[in-house]
Amino acid sequence: MSTPPRVVLVDDHGLFRAGVRAELDGLVEVVGDAGTVGEAIECIVEKEPDVVLLDVQMPEGGGVEVIRGVAPRRPAVRFLALSVSDAPEDVISIIRAGARGYVTKTISGPELADAVRRVAGGDAVFSPRLAGFVLDAFAGQEGAPPEVADELDQLTAREREVLRHIARGYLYKEIALRLGISAKTVEAHVSAVLRKLQLSNRHELSRWAVQRGWVE
Amino acid sequence: MVTVSETQPAPLRRDRSKGVLGGVCAGLGRRLGIDPLILRVGFVIAAGAGGTVVILYALCWALMPAAEGDGRPLMARAVGRRESWMVASGLVLLMLAVLLLFRAWGVWVGDAVVWPLLLATGGGALIWRQSQGAAVVDAPVRERARPGGGAGLPRRVLRLARPSLAIVAVGAALIVGAALVFLWLNGALVPDRDVTLAVLVVVTAMTLILAPWWLRLARGLTEERSERIRTQERAELAAHLHDSVLQTLALMQKRAEDPREVAALARRQERELRAWLDARPRREPGASLAAALEAAVAEIEDAHGVPVELVAVGDRRLDERAEALVAATREAVLNAVKFAPRAAISVYAEVRGERVEVFVRDRGPGFDLDAIPADRRGLRESVLGRMERHGGRAQIHTRPGEGTEVELVMSA
Repeated sequence: MSTPPRVVLVDDHGLFRAGVRAELDGLVEVVGDAGTVGEAIECIVEKEPDVVLLDVQMPEGGGVEVIRGVAPRRPAVRFLALSVSDAPEDVISIIRAGARGYVTKTISGPELADAVRRVAGGDAVFSPRLAGFVLDAFAGQEGAPPEVADELDQLTAREREVLRHIARGYLYKEIALRLGISAKTVEAHVSAVLRKLQLSNRHELSRWAVQRGWVE
Repeated sequence: MVTVSETQPAPLRRDRSKGVLGGVCAGLGRRLGIDPLILRVGFVIAAGAGGTVVILYALCWALMPAAEGDGRPLMARAVGRRESWMVASGLVLLMLAVLLLFRAWGVWVGDAVVWPLLLATGGGALIWRQSQGAAVVDAPVRERARPGGGAGLPRRVLRLARPSLAIVAVGAALIVGAALVFLWLNGALVPDRDVTLAVLVVVTAMTLILAPWWLRLARGLTEERSERIRTQERAELAAHLHDSVLQTLALMQKRAEDPREVAALARRQERELRAWLDARPRREPGASLAAALEAAVAEIEDAHGVPVELVAVGDRRLDERAEALVAATREAVLNAVKFAPRAAISVYAEVRGERVEVFVRDRGPGFDLDAIPADRRGLRESVLGRMERHGGRAQIHTRPGEGTEVELVMSA
């Protein structure tokens, strides 16, 4: 990595921003932070960072609103959602708005920096939990005949395998080693899954989030 | 999330953006809380019956301030001063002149209708203006709304407006006068004339006078009810935070010197709060495989103060075999806690049809599987043995320096 990625932090808790700033110190270049949706849009448009670390839940629309405000004006800026919430509907909505990944706030500093670098490089970042969500949402159609569903509406066997490893807590390079593919291929699979997550018409994607917890 | 509808009555304004002609019906409808279409139909029917209503509409148009602009009626702006009794009386005279003109031209429904109608309209307007003003005075002291459960708690003050008695009296007098004039002009006051008509007119007059209060009362009751619900919600929220979060925070301050204990307390509170915010029906640990795994992991986290990340995909009924799987998982996680302290532990469970797989992974030092003495029963007996007895299998993948993963598979 030649130059560290430039990052803007968006979170309505000042204390949390300060904590993340300290943790990322020296690993990435934090060029700005913001505590409200309006401030965030202004700051991002002005600073044009590589990656925005974005809180999902904020007053006045939250992270989704920030992405909507910035995307048309600065399409090159990438977003990584960082949240305490692990409610499926929050995760899915921010990913569908265009975030390149989702990590929870309990992530360690070096891991977060690594995730930021990967998002800056154009890859997707899936936490184990997000991988679990996706597997859950796309579950139950492995045997379905391909003509029934749009190809965006299902995962390939390989993508499924990669996700399963992420959910089990493996890093990309470990997954590459285990599956005998290159790390780049792993990243390509993950990006493909992210695209499907954003574009798929599976009505289960929205409904499943609600139904989860009523299994059986 | 509690949503609060702000039900402050809209001021009487012409709504040109939504109006068909001058926005009078739209404005009236918004103020009275009824569909402007009803008013429009009424106006059209009345206009068909006689020309007076057209004048009434024109008057409304001139007198009602527009929603946009400087908020003053057209007439007031035309006169160039603020509304005062001089302007008002001038307008009344002007209106009278117009009416007399129409009367002279023969565009007229008849004295017996127009004059009482005019009086009643004036009186009604006065009373309604007074009573619609402010049934509830809102003072929304709104804390910042936090999405995802923490409700913004607005405080409202319920206060009945005190209408000016004099104006109401004048309004009532005008309406009663209108009723009397109507009856008199129609000869209903003479005995033996139409009693039904008299009763009808009296009832109409009473309705006109009393309806605003009745409406206000009804609205006030609704307000009070939602206020009560809000208060209850707030009390419930406060009670919950007291019993859980505040207690835990107090405990954490006391145990500040023991980081493990603090982490465990924080973790337990986090889990509890999440469950509460999610408002999912609480799953009993005995109900399903995923719920049982959740409970087992939670128990270990609490007992050892180590975070364990559980991701479960799919779910199934908790039968004897699933119970064995949960017990084996528990043992594997405990083993990870023991031999890989300080390392992140993740548990991944997936149900696919009849096949259930569980992976317990830690990033600890790992070990040489063959070097473990045969009498070390932990993994061998409680994990491998248990799985095999129930028709499943278990595999341990580990090497020194590479962490450990225990793979448990149960298939029908």
